[in-house]
Amino acid sequence: MEALTNRSKPVDRRQMTVWEKSYLPSIAKGMGITLSHFFKKKASINFPEETRPFSPVFRGLHVLNRDEEGRERCTACGLCAVACPAEAITMEAAERQEGEENLYREEKYAAKYEINMLRCIFCGLCEEACPKDAIYLSETFTPANFTRESFIYGKPDLLIPDPKKEPELYQKAVGSRAHKN
Amino acid sequence: MITLVIDLGFILEKAILIGGIITVSLVIAMYSTWAERKVAAFMQDRLGPNRAGWGGLLQPVADGVKLFMKEEIIPNASNKFLFILGPALAMLTAMMTSAVIPWGNHIEIFGRTVDLQIADINIGILYIFGVVSMGVYGIMIGGWASNNKFSLLAALRGASQMISYELAMGLAIIALLMLTGSLSLKTIVQQQSAGWWNIFYQPLGFLIFMVCAFAECNRTPFDLPEAENELNFGYHQEYSSMKLGFYLFAEYINMFISSTLMATLYFGGYDIPFVNDANLVNSIGVNGTAALQAVALFAKVAFFIFFFMWVRWTIPRFRYDQLMNLGWKGMIPLALLNMVITGFIVLLKQNGWHF
Repeated sequence: MEALTNRSKPVDRRQMTVWEKSYLPSIAKGMGITLSHFFKKKASINFPEETRPFSPVFRGLHVLNRDEEGRERCTACGLCAVACPAEAITMEAAERQEGEENLYREEKYAAKYEINMLRCIFCGLCEEACPKDAIYLSETFTPANFTRESFIYGKPDLLIPDPKKEPELYQKAVGSRAHKN
Repeated sequence: MITLVIDLGFILEKAILIGGIITVSLVIAMYSTWAERKVAAFMQDRLGPNRAGWGGLLQPVADGVKLFMKEEIIPNASNKFLFILGPALAMLTAMMTSAVIPWGNHIEIFGRTVDLQIADINIGILYIFGVVSMGVYGIMIGGWASNNKFSLLAALRGASQMISYELAMGLAIIALLMLTGSLSLKTIVQQQSAGWWNIFYQPLGFLIFMVCAFAECNRTPFDLPEAENELNFGYHQEYSSMKLGFYLFAEYINMFISSTLMATLYFGGYDIPFVNDANLVNSIGVNGTAALQAVALFAKVAFFIFFFMWVRWTIPRFRYDQLMNLGWKGMIPLALLNMVITGFIVLLKQNGWHF
């Protein structure tokens, strides 16, 4: 039969010689291999001091974005909820009142916005569906927790810090992908 | 009437020596645990402990504190006296072996000549064998007193393994004794200082001795008494806190002592290679020479300890029948063959043959 690849090798079925049967050459070879690893570059990273950079396409925890003046971008249109294949997003809309123009960018805003992180599959479709660039996936992982309830993230958990009041926290939340502002 | 004359200075010097050697072996065992983790990490492309102190040097201290702080559990159905005796015996036998090993030639202090050896007894090797074979009681008693099937099985395995390999070890040593003609470790070292190291006369004997030393110390690839995935950690499964710590610690002390023995018997002990000790004494004095000799011995020991670890992280564990096969059908016939050949050559030499 013709071989499918040129990588196939016939099996050596010869009896082992006495020298081979003592396993000393194989052991010496193995010891050489382990010793060579002694001098190799280590793959470890000293975690809290060094962090491994995220891939540019990494999709982490969701963030509800604000604009440059610190107003919420979300208009509670519900496109993200519709786009969500896991049906993890729910929201309730409310109308902006007089004097709240510094809080919300449009006339309508999300009074309640919840993402169930136990259902979310971090597919990023909400991010793509959003016409207002209001929701995007940041560079953090979902933290562990003890109760199921605490995995339902409300607006206080999701909203990005105000860029005017807390610029440092805002930059941290935005991460290296600041172009998504 | 018998008058007993006791030289107080002699007692003092021995007490200091005993204290010193015990401290040294404990510290070396302590840092062997650190080195073991570092070596393992480096061989697996990791970093190993590096948080406590510089390069993780305080890690053994942290481990010790942890072990002492842990809850001590003695199982209800166990034999309490034997349960406590087990780790104590393991530790005791591990510490006792260092008594006959020469750590250097001698030093001169306040006009006294002090031998750097606790006891230069003329049955040195026999003493070591006697004490080492007591070590199996630590495992056996610990495993039995736990009242746990797995511990008992592991202890049985440990005991039969030790007995099997001690035979081959003894036979390997006999071949060496034919050449040296003395059981005293000091004499053996002095002979090697004068001539060649024994490794050149007894390469096969050394190989057998080393493999058996691995088995005696329960080190991988022969760590069957504590095979965690077959026997739930084996003979020390029911042990907690510092009693477990003693068992683990005894293993490291044993490793240190075996390394010292290998260096002493086959690699010239405290002999500094390529240096004439008599000339060295003339240039830097007796004490300086003794210090250098101790350094030479510890360098050899450090290499062997590293070798123990190196092997541990290379060779996988034997199956039990493979272990017994190697011991009875491999090591013992080889050791016998080695003995016969050595005896033959010794006889030829005595009868005037020159090589």
